[in-house]
Amino acid sequence: MSILIIAEHDNANLKPATLNTLAAATQIGGDVDLLVVGANCQTVAEQASKAEGVSRVLLADNSVYEYQLAENVSKLVVELSEGYSHILAPATTTGKNMLPRVAALLDVAQLSDVIKVESADTFVRPIYAGNAIATVQSNDTVKVITIRATGFDPVSAEGGSAELVTLSQVIASDKSRFVGEELAESDRPELTAANIIVSGGRGMGSGDNFKILDGVADKLGAAVGASRAAVDAGFVPNDLQVGQTGKTVAPDLYVAVGISGAIQHLAGMKDSKVIVAINKDEEAPIFQIADYGLVADLFEAVPELESAL
Amino acid sequence: MKVLVAVKRVVDYNVKVRVQADHKAVELANVKMSINPFCEIAVEEAVRLKEKGIATEIVAVSIGSKGCQETLRTALGLGADRAVQIETEDGVDSLAVAKLLAEVAKTESPDLIILGKQAIDSDNNQTGQMLAALLDMPQATFASEVVVENGEAQVTREIDGGLQTLAVSLPAVVTTDLRLNEPRFIKLPNIMKAKKKPLDVKTPEELGVSTASNVNVISVTPPAERQGGIKVGSVAELVEKLKNEAKVIA
Ligand SMILES: Cc1cc2nc3c(=O)[nH]c(=O)nc-3n(C[C@H](O)[C@H](O)[C@H](O)COP(=O)(O)OP(=O)(O)OC[C@H]3O[C@@H](n4cnc5c(N)ncnc54)[C@H](O)[C@@H]3O)c2cc1C
Ligand SMILES: Nc1ncnc2c1ncn2[C@@H]1O[C@H](COP(=O)(O)O)[C@@H](O)[C@H]1O
Repeated sequence: MSILIIAEHDNANLKPATLNTLAAATQIGGDVDLLVVGANCQTVAEQASKAEGVSRVLLADNSVYEYQLAENVSKLVVELSEGYSHILAPATTTGKNMLPRVAALLDVAQLSDVIKVESADTFVRPIYAGNAIATVQSNDTVKVITIRATGFDPVSAEGGSAELVTLSQVIASDKSRFVGEELAESDRPELTAANIIVSGGRGMGSGDNFKILDGVADKLGAAVGASRAAVDAGFVPNDLQVGQTGKTVAPDLYVAVGISGAIQHLAGMKDSKVIVAINKDEEAPIFQIADYGLVADLFEAVPELESAL
Repeated sequence: MKVLVAVKRVVDYNVKVRVQADHKAVELANVKMSINPFCEIAVEEAVRLKEKGIATEIVAVSIGSKGCQETLRTALGLGADRAVQIETEDGVDSLAVAKLLAEVAKTESPDLIILGKQAIDSDNNQTGQMLAALLDMPQATFASEVVVENGEAQVTREIDGGLQTLAVSLPAVVTTDLRLNEPRFIKLPNIMKAKKKPLDVKTPEELGVSTASNVNVISVTPPAERQGGIKVGSVAELVEKLKNEAKVIA
């Protein structure tokens, strides 16, 4: 068996989700090649070659790949696909955007958001917002899979010494063009990599009020997250949304403040180790899954929490 | 400009689904079904493009058993002009759906194809991307804003790090995210009108597509239940428990 993984990176740093995907590949077994596609991303390739369990790093470094557009990256992956039994990518927005194109071009199914490897052809994935867990077996010649990071403990980022292979294929993308981006800048840990997350919901009431969570997050070294309602209301940007259709997180501690606990929100955080809920409605469904529930007005409890830490 | 919209019939998002006792599938008998929320957003976007004078015709397509005609009527009620049902068993996999939609697109020649980013039953998030690949079209997934002008669509996309804007040449595939729009309520007269709009039924055989799948579902089980926890009486007690019992903060 031989596995190709598409690395998650921003041309400067290898993203942690790649290490979780590598862990899934290790469980499948076989040689693992890590593909780094981007522009001026040599440093990413160097980081990739140190990750545990990588045989070769394939580097496609060209300006046409700068924004990892799905159209040309998928064609590149298909060109490279010969001989691989599995093609994996992290279930991030980049992986989700690009990998189904690879599957379709190879005329095979894609298994999305896999959380467990049963064997080389059998995998476990949540469906219906995690209210059911499906075990599926694929007879496709190449298994194309996105890996949900929370299902796998990351391999070590250090210690490996993979061979670096530079690719020469340049596939332009003439139908799709990057126009601009608005990336969130934050000194906080990334939501999907944080050990502690403090999330706010509609109960926060406004974007300004949301800032009271910062004090708690600062003291805990936590990331800040949000429910869909808080994002829809414009309190915080979309990249903070946790849930079925947002990010999936599983930190050691998840503090839900002013969040009712709709199934779509739970889908993104109920695998957290310890869940705390602060809500003034003692009937809120979030209390059914919270390890520690505090029935209180958040505008009193949150400042008090900040000073108690 | 013609717009094709794919709509899926799914278990309503308010229903807490249950797994069948035999662990083969989820319980679908007597469960409320609705249009997939992301597909509703897709139809709404097409209707807004029509209201702006950019789109001229909206064709809604659904793949599945007879029940999805109801979903198509919802799309027609929202403002689609005509509908196509492709009659299959329910639960056809995304690749087959994409192949069927590709065949429909080849005869309809739409300038824009809008799908939901994700069906809330399968949680696959792949059909639109597959369709774009099969048609060799560009794609703009997870859209929170779509502007069509000069033969291209400028699409703002919700990505993990924030927002990204791409320009894709038409014809293109767009998949919707939650913030793209808020679908309207369907008014009664429009429900009546929807009943009179054309709805064609086709089969995969007519389109020359096999719906066979290489993926077998071995089992469908309920998720591990979380143990219910306790209520604490004060912030001080909460902090004490987190430090000394859960040991998740120092
Ligand atoms: C297709 C689809 C996808 C979705 N995807 C997601 C997703 O990915 N993530 C997600 O989160 N949701 C998602 N949702 C939305 C989900 O169904 C809920 O609407 C949403 O999670 C509710 O957010 P909330 O808990 O912040 O708001 P609400 O349900 O309005 O809850 C607010 C809570 O705050 C409490 N509160 C108010 N004021 C105070 C106060 N002063 N002190 C203490 N508590 C207070 C209230 O008691 C209440 O429990 C999705 C829905 C659909 C249809
Ligand atoms: N059976 C179907 N009929 C019509 N459209 C579908 C069907 N299945 C998926 N789609 C479309 O593809 C989108 C994404 O679905 P999925 O890739 O299954 O998560 C949906 O929002 C629909 O727009």
